[in-house]
Amino acid sequence: MAVVALKPYPLRPVDGIEHYHGDQLVYWSWDHHLMFAAPFITCPSPSTRVVDFLEATIRPLIAADPDADRVDWTCVEWIRDHEPIAIDVGKSFSENGIGHKDLLRFRTPGMNTLCG
Amino acid sequence: MDMKVQKAKLGLKEKYRLMTRDLGWTPSYQPHEKLYPYAAYEGIVIHDWDKWEDPFRLTMDAYWKYQAEKDRKFYAIIDAHAQNNGHLNITDARYLSALKIFLQAISPGEYCAHKGFARAGREFPGVGTQVACQMQSIDELRHAQTQIHALSSYNRYYDGFHAFIQMRDRMWYNSVPRSFFDDAMTGGPFEFMVAIGFSFEYVLTNLLFVPFMSGAAYNGDMATVTFGFSAQSDEARHMTLGLECIKFILEQDPANLPIVQRWLDKWFWRGLRLLSLVGTMMDYMLPKRVMSWAEAWEIYAEDNGSALFKDLARYGIRPPKGWKDAAKARDHISHQFMLAFYQWSFGTAFHGWIPSEADLDWLSSKYPETFDRHYRPRWDYFKKLADAGTQFRNVGLAKLCQCCQMPCVFTEPDDPTLLCHRERVIDGHRYHFCSDHCREIVEHEPEKYVQAWMPMNQLFQGTSGGGGIENWMRWVNLVDGKDNGDFVGSRDQRNFAAWRGMATSNNGT
Amino acid sequence: MSQVFIVLQSNEETRAIVEAIEQDNPRAKVTRQPAMVRIDAPEHLVIRRTTVEEKTGGAFDLQSLHINLVTLGGHVSEDEDELSLSWNH
Repeated sequence: MAVVALKPYPLRPVDGIEHYHGDQLVYWSWDHHLMFAAPFITCPSPSTRVVDFLEATIRPLIAADPDADRVDWTCVEWIRDHEPIAIDVGKSFSENGIGHKDLLRFRTPGMNTLCG
Repeated sequence: MDMKVQKAKLGLKEKYRLMTRDLGWTPSYQPHEKLYPYAAYEGIVIHDWDKWEDPFRLTMDAYWKYQAEKDRKFYAIIDAHAQNNGHLNITDARYLSALKIFLQAISPGEYCAHKGFARAGREFPGVGTQVACQMQSIDELRHAQTQIHALSSYNRYYDGFHAFIQMRDRMWYNSVPRSFFDDAMTGGPFEFMVAIGFSFEYVLTNLLFVPFMSGAAYNGDMATVTFGFSAQSDEARHMTLGLECIKFILEQDPANLPIVQRWLDKWFWRGLRLLSLVGTMMDYMLPKRVMSWAEAWEIYAEDNGSALFKDLARYGIRPPKGWKDAAKARDHISHQFMLAFYQWSFGTAFHGWIPSEADLDWLSSKYPETFDRHYRPRWDYFKKLADAGTQFRNVGLAKLCQCCQMPCVFTEPDDPTLLCHRERVIDGHRYHFCSDHCREIVEHEPEKYVQAWMPMNQLFQGTSGGGGIENWMRWVNLVDGKDNGDFVGSRDQRNFAAWRGMATSNNGT
Repeated sequence: MSQVFIVLQSNEETRAIVEAIEQDNPRAKVTRQPAMVRIDAPEHLVIRRTTVEEKTGGAFDLQSLHINLVTLGGHVSEDEDELSLSWNH
């Protein structure tokens, strides 16, 4: 459907990747870990290795959760747009095909100290 | 003795006819469509504008008389409040957080409503509707002014009130009410009327003003009670206007039904998202509480709303699509928000806190199905961290919904242990939403929402002050260490305690 | 059966109005909350000018109700003698 308007009303997105200085938005959410009120929005470079970003940015963000120390990035289950996805965390975002504004959910079955 | 000749008094109906209908005229040197260029493009068909009538039959002369009296009452109390240190009569300085949110998020919305109704009053071709919209436009301006005036007396003493105008435009959580009203004002006059006049005023504002203002009375805040009830005395007229308009539109032509139903679905959901903030204010920010958000929802939405929709069923209207999901969320949203505000309090121009044991017990009793199971363990854990001197701060920025611009704090309607994730690729760009209903709204009119200015995304674009948290705080006029952070240890807490001590004893501190 | 309702600020001016409503609407239920009074009634509720005038002993303009009105639910119909609320189902 399209908006009802008196004149042509084109789509004008303001969040394209060209606005992010060579970086891209990536969202993260830890399933069933609701201590963190909402998914995180981050802005890594597509050429960064996923594991480097996870250790430098995501691990400190989730550190307050009692399960955080036990998270092993090579064992978590990844979900993108409601489908399981294999991520080689040793490779970069672009090598893994992770694009601008992708939301990556990770599941850690068996770990549910706070919200079980 | 002279006998006074009693002039025959006009009946209400006669007076209404003379002072509204008879103000209209048929244009002779311009075609009707050029005079009212926005009356047809939304697809709403109106055959006879004279069928519309204000059931209160309020005319401008009576309007001015009663509004002047309301203002006199209002300013008498505001003066007394200022003269008697009324700010020290509130139950607890935590309550101020609710007032700060009100001033930053709600009062600017009143001003938007003022502009919107001024425009609707010009664009509707019917003279009865024009007069009613004009009154409402003046009302909304009065609401914005009286609220700002009343709350300015708190600004003299407390943090977080000083920059509500800049914060309305720049503060991340205020993009929620701002986008709500921008969306309504950029619709045509009929959509604006269904959005604000009906969905917001009739179905939802009772939840904002009635229990909240009664709560203000309960918490010793006479200034807020006064502007609240003074504004609310206009709302009954606004609600009646909204209801009359929707009945009128539906009676005029069967083609109007699907258009109106879609607007109802959309604006009920947008309004519900906006008012979730009020739920948080009611359940957590009133030190003494009249009723819980869930109880208010039951009375003002479920009971009154179902009576309304039963009534509208004869036109073919069904309850809004999001109605069931709204009921499912009833026992969750206030907790989800307050937990969020607590962990993000470094970035809010009001204070957060962990509820006391007594408050947690109250919440357990009001939310027996959800609180102990899902939310109390989180508060207990936050408290453990705070007691150990390692207070939880979530310095991650939040994913926002492309439609309502809320941070996506909501859980799946049927699984309170999992955040609700919805996304869609539109014309090669990916967008995220908080719910099915917000996604559906955007899918229907993507042109409007893909241009949304999303505060968190903009931070990464480097537009909001030039990048970095310090620049951002300067840019939104947030004074670090004063406006934000935990209530415990705040200036508001210290000052309120000291001044109240001076007011109730002879020992100045 | 659907309820109609009206909520008034609780003050000196509305005391007589609430009494008049109670007298004219035997099935109405009055609930007092901080700073306001709520009156619910099944299907229909009426406020009569003459009953309010009996209570106050003075003239009463029904439209002055606007000053102390907080909210209402139901279809409104008003003339100089009475204001009524109802649902049509």
